[in-house]
Amino acid sequence: MASSIRVRAIVNGETTEVQTLIQHPMDSGFIKDDKGEFIPAHFIQELTFEHNGRPVFVADWGTAVSKDPYVKFAFKGANKGDDLKVSWIDNKGETDTATFKIQ
Amino acid sequence: MRFWLTILAVAALSMAHPTHAADSIDPAADARAFRNYFVEKFPNVKLDDFANGPYSLNEDMRRQWEGKEQFPPYEFSLEAGKELFAKPFANGKHYADCFAEQGIGVRQNYPQFDGKSGQVITLELALNQCRETNGEKAISYTGDDMAALTAYMAFTSRGKPFDIKVPDDPRALEAYENGKRYFYTRRGQLNFSCATCHVQNPGERLRAEVLAPALGILNALPIYRSEWGGMGTTSRRFVSCNSQVRGVPLEPQAEEYRDLEYFLSYVSNGLPISGPGSRP
Amino acid sequence: MKKISNALWSLASLVSIGSAALAASSEADFKSAYARADAAEQEAGHLRNQWLAAEAALADARKAAAKQDFETAIAAAKEAEALAKASIFQTTSEKEAWKNLEIH
Repeated sequence: MASSIRVRAIVNGETTEVQTLIQHPMDSGFIKDDKGEFIPAHFIQELTFEHNGRPVFVADWGTAVSKDPYVKFAFKGANKGDDLKVSWIDNKGETDTATFKIQ
Repeated sequence: MRFWLTILAVAALSMAHPTHAADSIDPAADARAFRNYFVEKFPNVKLDDFANGPYSLNEDMRRQWEGKEQFPPYEFSLEAGKELFAKPFANGKHYADCFAEQGIGVRQNYPQFDGKSGQVITLELALNQCRETNGEKAISYTGDDMAALTAYMAFTSRGKPFDIKVPDDPRALEAYENGKRYFYTRRGQLNFSCATCHVQNPGERLRAEVLAPALGILNALPIYRSEWGGMGTTSRRFVSCNSQVRGVPLEPQAEEYRDLEYFLSYVSNGLPISGPGSRP
Repeated sequence: MKKISNALWSLASLVSIGSAALAASSEADFKSAYARADAAEQEAGHLRNQWLAAEAALADARKAAAKQDFETAIAAAKEAEALAKASIFQTTSEKEAWKNLEIH
């Protein structure tokens, strides 16, 4: 099954700029479906980016983050060709992880 | 004598406001005037950029949009659309069999006037007609699948200029005029016409949103709207615009909506397809 | 004493018959008010310009009538009729007025 995580990480001088798009419903639990039933909350709780085993970006999310979240950030200390590992875990205990080469 | 003078006066008055004859409909003149209006109103906007809606008029929004275009939110829908388009019907045929050029790079030719049926065929209508011709049930005009399919077809036409034709057929001219009339007519409890927002107030805010100019407004359809959390078709946008002015929406792909799409697409001829788009 | 209680009883029965008659006329009033509102909304439908508020008022009228609250139902039906008529007026005047917005 295809990963839910897409990443583009590009070295720009001293910093690496990272963009991510994650496919996830991020249901808040407050929306009703067609039958009038609440769609249960289903959202990413923790999102982690690691470079060489060191976390460079950690997000603690709740219900305020929308569906298919997009994240953009920059960090220092990486080189072209290094690995960037991305993983998330949601409130149902589901997870996904993927590793990308920094360009 | 007085009696005949009165008759003459009445006759003269009624001739002063003739009913709209088909030969007074001039789409080309309308399109020129439409384009000039927006070019004069926004002299710093490059003509092609009108196809990017509010981003052509608001720097801050543009920056955020350009950042996201590297990883556009509509990517998932686009991939789904590509798969749906390639999937064969039960009878073995494909969507590609219903379109010129296998359906690739043809979005800019829709809507088109069909001489045989005498009606305007939009891309969405053409897709469902393709399904029904091949023994499949029609899909919802406001649902995800139609949005994904039209997103894929729009993507294959990115950059191609709108090339809508209004043939010299009184039925086509009437459909065009009908669409134009719909665009300018006030409706709903809020008493807004499409023009109220998109001709009189482009670039201005409507609550937290920045209004798009009418020129090029359909070039980006279908759009991924953050508000919808997903991709939505032209039908969906027309329906929601109606309810937003507190009017009961017409049925998706109603004649009025197709004619409206015909008019709006025609007056944006020459501007590039920018779809699928993303909007707040 | 008996005369008074008889009189009281007659008065009471007159009042109850009276209010039953009032309630019955309310339902009839509701039915005719709703019919007028519905007819106007149907015409607005033919003209392809109905307002959401008119539909909502009609729904409120039906709900109130189902609960036998005809006073509320009649008020809602009258509101619906006014809104439907306003939308018809809008469509009629826009037949010419749209040209004022047209870009030339």
